[in-house]
Formats: sequence, structure tokens, C-alpha cells
Amino acid sequence: MGYRQSSWIEPCIFELGHRGRKGHDLPKAERSIIEEVGEVQVPNKIQRRSALELPEMSEVEAVRHFTRLSQMNYSVDLGLYPLGSCTMKYNPKINDKLATSSALTKLHPYQDEETVQGILEILYTLGRWLAEITGTFKVTLQPAAGAQGEFLGALIMRAYHTINGKQNSKTELIIPDSAHGTNPASATMAGFKVLVVPSDKNGSINVEALKTVASKRTAGLMLTNPNTLGFFEENIREIAEIIHEYNGLVYYDGANLNPILGKVRPGDMGFDIVHINIHKTFGTPHGGGGPGAGPIGVSEKLEKFLPVPRIEYDGKRYFLSSKKPHSVGKIRSFYGNVAVLVRAYSYLLSLGAEGLVEAAEVSTLNANYLLKKLAEIGVYEIPYGSERPRKHECVLSVKSLFRKRGIRALDISKRLLDEGIHAPTIYFPTIIDEALMIEPTESFEKEELDRFVEAMRRIAEEAEKNPEKIRTAPHNTSVGRLDEARASHPQTLVPSWRVFKSRI
Amino acid sequence: MMREIGIRDIDELYADVPEDLKLKRKLDLPSPLSEYEVERNVESLLNKNRTTYDLPTFLGAGCWPHYVPAVVENIIGRTEFLTSYTPYQPEISQGLLQLLFEYQSMICELTGMDVANSSLYDWASALGEAARMTQRLTGRQEILVPKIIHPDRLATLQSYIQPVNMHVRNIEFDRTTGQMSLEDLEAKISEKTAAVYVENPSYLGFTETNVKEMGRIAHEHDARFIVGVDPISLGVLEAPGEYGADIVIGEGQPLGNSMNFGGPLLGIFACRREPAFIRQMPGRIVGMTTVQNGTRRAYCMILQTREQHIRRHRATSNICSNETLCALSAAVYLALLGPNGLKELGNTIISKSNYAMKRLNEIEGVESPVFSSFHFKEFTVKFDEKRVRDVHRNLLRHNVLGGKDVSKEFPKLGEIALYCVTEIHSKENIDQLIDAVNHILTESS
Ligand SMILES: Cc1ncc(COP(=O)(O)O)c(C=O)c1O
Repeated sequence: MGYRQSSWIEPCIFELGHRGRKGHDLPKAERSIIEEVGEVQVPNKIQRRSALELPEMSEVEAVRHFTRLSQMNYSVDLGLYPLGSCTMKYNPKINDKLATSSALTKLHPYQDEETVQGILEILYTLGRWLAEITGTFKVTLQPAAGAQGEFLGALIMRAYHTINGKQNSKTELIIPDSAHGTNPASATMAGFKVLVVPSDKNGSINVEALKTVASKRTAGLMLTNPNTLGFFEENIREIAEIIHEYNGLVYYDGANLNPILGKVRPGDMGFDIVHINIHKTFGTPHGGGGPGAGPIGVSEKLEKFLPVPRIEYDGKRYFLSSKKPHSVGKIRSFYGNVAVLVRAYSYLLSLGAEGLVEAAEVSTLNANYLLKKLAEIGVYEIPYGSERPRKHECVLSVKSLFRKRGIRALDISKRLLDEGIHAPTIYFPTIIDEALMIEPTESFEKEELDRFVEAMRRIAEEAEKNPEKIRTAPHNTSVGRLDEARASHPQTLVPSWRVFKSRI
Repeated sequence: MMREIGIRDIDELYADVPEDLKLKRKLDLPSPLSEYEVERNVESLLNKNRTTYDLPTFLGAGCWPHYVPAVVENIIGRTEFLTSYTPYQPEISQGLLQLLFEYQSMICELTGMDVANSSLYDWASALGEAARMTQRLTGRQEILVPKIIHPDRLATLQSYIQPVNMHVRNIEFDRTTGQMSLEDLEAKISEKTAAVYVENPSYLGFTETNVKEMGRIAHEHDARFIVGVDPISLGVLEAPGEYGADIVIGEGQPLGNSMNFGGPLLGIFACRREPAFIRQMPGRIVGMTTVQNGTRRAYCMILQTREQHIRRHRATSNICSNETLCALSAAVYLALLGPNGLKELGNTIISKSNYAMKRLNEIEGVESPVFSSFHFKEFTVKFDEKRVRDVHRNLLRHNVLGGKDVSKEFPKLGEIALYCVTEIHSKENIDQLIDAVNHILTESS
């Protein structure tokens, strides 16, 4: 197998088309309507007078332009995409088919409840399933993504401490140094001070250090388990107890839920609030960066703080309820990213309880197999050793290659692109130097895992023989390395076509 | 594979999970189904719904029925886009990056701004982010907001700003025109004001004509001016950049995205080119650059030092996954319509909604619109003698879904509903509504 990506020299859309052209005709007002209302003028003061320089192109021109662009974009459907922490699993096509049905796309969120019983039932049932999977009491589907779930979770912490009269003393959120950037960012957005706890020599949270940072100011802790190194936090119960002792709440970042589905549940580990990245764990397409969905589940004592409206069922009909005096309110419009959630519903129907466990186990098996095979190459370091089993992902370091040959994680990732393999996540978790974070998910066949290992072996050999080839990679993609310094420099920054035109 | 890693049972890989934490039973979920069974199951539930194609529907209020051209669905259905993720590796993701750059550029053209990000979750959260951005820029703690605002947007704004002790003050509206009151704005604005926010068109569908004055008042007090828009109006309504906006936000769903029962949506966020603004922007931004030897253009994410994965607790926002695919829809949609198509669409919407208002207003016991201002797409309908709730329940019997009942949101205005008419409403649809309302009101009197 080899790879050459299409490389169109594609003009920017503003350089295509021709004045006066149009690519679509929408319905017009009927003549009898025009006769009845005449010419209705927009008030002078707010009439559009400024130029509107949108592209002017025919339908076929537009289709060709965008299709050519699509050919210069790598995706899960093209091949390996082991982007650690992002769970780039296969996205089953049936889910897309169902979620693009007009029985969903043409529903308005404010329709009379009688007319939307079907979709309410789907959402209600999905919420119950997610509560069962996470071991929580109640789930809200509202957050648009994991990070918004974190923000909502932190708001719920605030509400909980406020109702207990502790809003002024519960000011700190504890977050491990291996955490994803959204955790500390969400914590500050919700008004908390972030305290970082270090990892110990085994890659787990340092419990002794945690004991020293935890205090009566602790509002809560945010944690992902398995953590971003792929390790299960064995001391999770003790960790939760330390926080609970100070009446803090423990938040579960669900980005890494995939390998423990049906095996162990966050709620049972002592977590009070749990988010789920639907677009990771439940196989909905990532859409080039979104939309995803980030439902959160909470324990019974936190239920009353969930956002409104809540989807409820009285045994006969489904309905929306906003009469929740303790609710934190809203963090977005309407009820959630429904088109994404329907795909998750269909995914769960396909897999069922048995399928979920199998997905979890195979994803774990794949990560450990990769770790073993990659360690055998003998060039890539395995921080924290290969003894301890990983869960969904494993992290390598290319520190010594960097020292010896000047080859960085970035270079390796670029060289992988030449093989038609998407790069792993790099430089994360930030506690590992020159990190490559690899998450195969369950949707890699063994041959593909081996192909990945072979590519990594070839790169290791090439590092000896022809390191320049790696440092100048990629060579087979649409374009070679970019001038990223120029891209972000204030003097050369081009964030829009307008700015581009003003610079020439 | 198990042999290779020296295990006999997969459970050995879970040996580090404390035994008593493990789930000892099967999850209480249904058993696996074949694809055929899944399809039947989901379809049978979805088919219980009655869609806006089954019932002429006059709902808007933050999620609007517009036609989505087949080309849009075809392009965003391409799995090269659909099944990719954030373009962390630009060399292999040029297609997505260029398309996002084109999206941002079109948003700039529409709004009259220089920089747009590649999406936020929705209009409501974009308002929260914009408010916080003005707080960082000014160090001030107050945002002035029109009293006529969508309750979801207001509630979301509160959620976003309360943690930083920022607060909202409402600006009164004129009882006859609905316009945000310049006098009240002058009275309330002070050196505490971080931003003045106005929506055009407003939540209740009328357009604000004094926006230039509002921007001037804001700037006289060194406050920032944030404008919220329905972008589909910008073929006929002036670009906010022309009347002084510093930040423009809005809901991009109308641009080629289906309603999907309210999600996903598309948060628009754009601002002026000032370096201080750009540094404080939330969300991902794609920029144009060149390859290293300068021989050809290329695109990548820029200014990432603002973002959570680098700046962590000091990031300008926590957003990571956003609504990229919806932004792609918007770009394809705008490219298809072009300036003339968007303008025509605006005029179509104006004609059709004015027709609906006129016919409704002719009915005895109905007033539409309540405010004597120019309306775009949405408008209020007031029932003199009847509860909105009752009228709407009856309308459903006539197979029509009325607008949003907003009587509880504005109790002083009486029994009012917010109706929406777009290009997809045929004259026949509107006439069906008129006949039904006529019938309901005469039947009961
Ligand atoms: C560990 C972890 N936490 C949180 C997030 C944020 O999730 P989202 O992108 O859905 O906002 C991610 C996503 O990349 C993640 O990997």
C-alpha cells in the first residue's frame, strides 16, 4: 500500500465564478402575494448599501470546487486515524442514514409535544441508557461537546456549594497535570482557581500530593479515568474519598470512556458528575471538528441542578419540563445536538450491551498490542514501561531520537502522513517530552495495526539512514510543511479573504 | 494478538481495575440488533413525529425552517469531510482548512467584519463568549442587553458571565415600535459598561433602526458594541460593521443547516481586525499562509496560543470540538446563493411575511404585528379575546402549527405569539393559516 494525496492548486472560492452567476434558485413570492403587499422597503437607515462580495458561481462550479477540496482531506473512511484521546472509531453508515431522514431534519424544537413524541422518546431513552452506562442517576443531553459538559459540570458544582452556603469558600478545582486543556479552561470559565496535582512515577495521580492540595477550599476534582496516558487510576476510590471528605465533588472527563464500557462505571468509582463525548465513544462522525455532543450524568443529589428543559415521561407521554427551581438554567439554546444524539441512539441499538463490552475490550487489546509491537522496535521510549496494561491508548516518547538525530515527534507525525496514516496526537499529555499518543480504537483490523507498526519501524530505520527525509516530510500530501510562523505573525496574518485583499 | 502480548484472557488487561469496582452484571441495555432491525426500530419512532412538511409550521425563534439545497447535503455528506477531525495536521487536511477559511471569509463579507472564527456552538453561547471577551478587553463588569431577547439566549448569557461576576442590565423598549430605547441606553450606560448588545432583527422580528446611534453611544463610553444577527437577513439589511459593531455574533443554522429539533446549531463569531480583539477571540481560526518555501498557498489553524490545548486555564475559551460541519454547510449555501441570491431571498421573505402579517391583521380580534416597525421574517401576532394556547391547540386540529407562544415572556403585551414566514411558506400555506384562524375565532364567538 502506498499513498499520494490529490494536490489541486485550487483557487480560493472568491477567485472562481463570474459576475451575475448563481448556483441555486429558491422559491419566490407568488405574484399574487406581490400584488397584495406591493414593494415593501427596508427602512433607509438599515438597508444594505455596502457591497456584498460573496462568490458568484453556478451549481456545477460549486460542486466541483468543494469536491476537489474534499479530495485534499484525510478521514477515518480513508484509513488509519490513531489520534490519541479523540477516539476516531468507524462511524457506521446506517446512523448517518437515519439521522438525515426528513422525519428528523424537519422537526422544529418548539413543535407541540403531541407532534414530536417519537423524537422525545428517542432522547429520553438515550438519556436512560447513558445513565446506565455511566452509573449515574440522571443525564442531560444539552451540552454541545465535551468541553461544554465540563463547563456545565463546573457550574453544577458552584450551584451545589452555593446551596450549601459555601460559595465563598469553595474556590478551587483540582486537576492533574496530565489533564486535557479543556479541563483547566472550563474550570476557570466557571470561576474556579485551578490547582494542579502532579502524576507519580507510575503515571497515576500522586495521591500524597493530592492530599496536600485538597483542602476545605476544594470545590472539586476533574479527572479522566483511564487517564491520558492510558492507565486506569487504581486508587480512584481513595482519590474520590479525599475529595468527598472536604465535601468536594468529583468530575469525570469521559473522553476516555471507550475502553471501560460495561466493565466498570464512573458512577461506581465515586464520580458525582460524568460527561460523555458522544462523538468519541458512540461512533458519531467528528465532522471535521464538530458537531459532537457532550451529555452529562449526575448523582441523585445533583439532579435538581441539571439544566432546563428536562425531557420527562409520565408513563403515557413524553414532555419537556422547565419547572426546576434549582436548575443552573441554560448553557445553549434548545435541548442538545439532536442529530448527533440520534446517531448515538442507533449505535447503541446496534451494539447492545454485549457489543459495547466487545468494543471496549478490543480497543484495549489493540492499544496493548500496538504498545508491545512498537516497543519491540527498540527506538521509541515507553514512558512508565510496558508492564502495566494500557486501556484505550498508549503514549510513546521520541526523546532519544530527538537527542541523537534531531528528530521530533512532529517530524515522525509528518512522515506517517506520507504512508497514508493520520498522525497520532503529539505533545500531549504535556508531561511527556516529545509525546506520540496513539489510540487505535476497536476499529483497526490486525493487518492495519501491523501496517502502522511497520510504518513506525521504517521511520525508525530511516532516522538512521536518511533523517533529512523525515525532517522534511511530508512529501506525499497535497502540500508540504507550512510556514506556520508567517500564518500567525501579526504582520502577515490572513484570517479572511478581506484581509488578504487589503494586504495586496 | 493475545498470544503476542502474553495474555490468555482479555480480562488480564483489566487486572488493575479494583475487583469490587467492576460491573458484575450485564448493562441493562437492549441486545444487539442487525442493521435492518435498527433501521426499522429508529424509523418507527421517527415516523411517530409529524414534521414541518406534514404540517405548515410558523415557528422560528432561534431555529428557522429554510430550504437546504441538495448540493449542501451532498458536500457535507462526503466522508472526507464528515469523518475527519480537527485539522491538526494541515498538510493532509488542506481541503477542510481551505473550506473553513472560505466560510470565515464569507461571514466577514456578510457582517462587515475582518476576522471570523470557524464556529462556536450556537448564538446563545456565542453571546456568552462575546460578553466575556468584552470584559477581558475593558476590565468592566456590565453588559447592557435589550429587554426583548430570547429567554434561552439570556439564560445562557447569565450562565457564561456570572462566574466572572459580570451582570446584565436590561434596556427598555418603546411600547409602540419595540425599538430598544436610546434614552434608557443613555441613562444606564456608564464607565461600568463593558458592552452594549443589540439584535438585528430583534427576537420579536422587528428591525432596530437606531443601531448607528447605539454604536455611537457605546463608543462614547468606551464600551464595545456587540450585534447579534440572523445572517440570512444580511442580503437586505446593512452589515453591522457599517454601523459600528465591534463584535458580530449570530445563529448560522439558517444557512444551509436543517432544524434537527434544535441542534446542532452554528454559532457565528466575528470581529474587527484590532490586534487586541484578535488576541482575545474565542475558538479556532483558520488562516492563509504558504508552504515553507513560499511556492504555494496553504491554510492552517492560527493563533492557537489563545486556545485551551496550549494556554490551558488562561485560554480565551474552553471550546475544543465546535460545529465545523455546520460551518461547511453555511459556506456551500452562501456560495450557491451568492450576493444576488441572498438579496432575492431576503426580499422573498419580506414579501411573504408581510403578506402573512397583512392577512392576519385583517382578521377581527387579531393584531399583527404588535409593533409598528419594519419586520424581517418574524413578527408578533396578538389575539384580543383568546388565549394563544387555545388558538394554537385549535390550529393543530386544522393541521397547522402556530408560532411560539410568548405571552408568558412579555405579560404586559397581552396574548402574543411569535410567527415566522420564510421562502418555504407558500401562499397556500399562509392562506391555510388565515382560514384556520378565521374559523377558530368565528367559531368561538
Ligand atoms: C481528554 C479530553 N477531555 C476533553 C476533551 C474535550 O472534548 P470536546 O472536544 O468534545 O469538547 C477532549 C477532546 O479532545 C479530550 O481528549
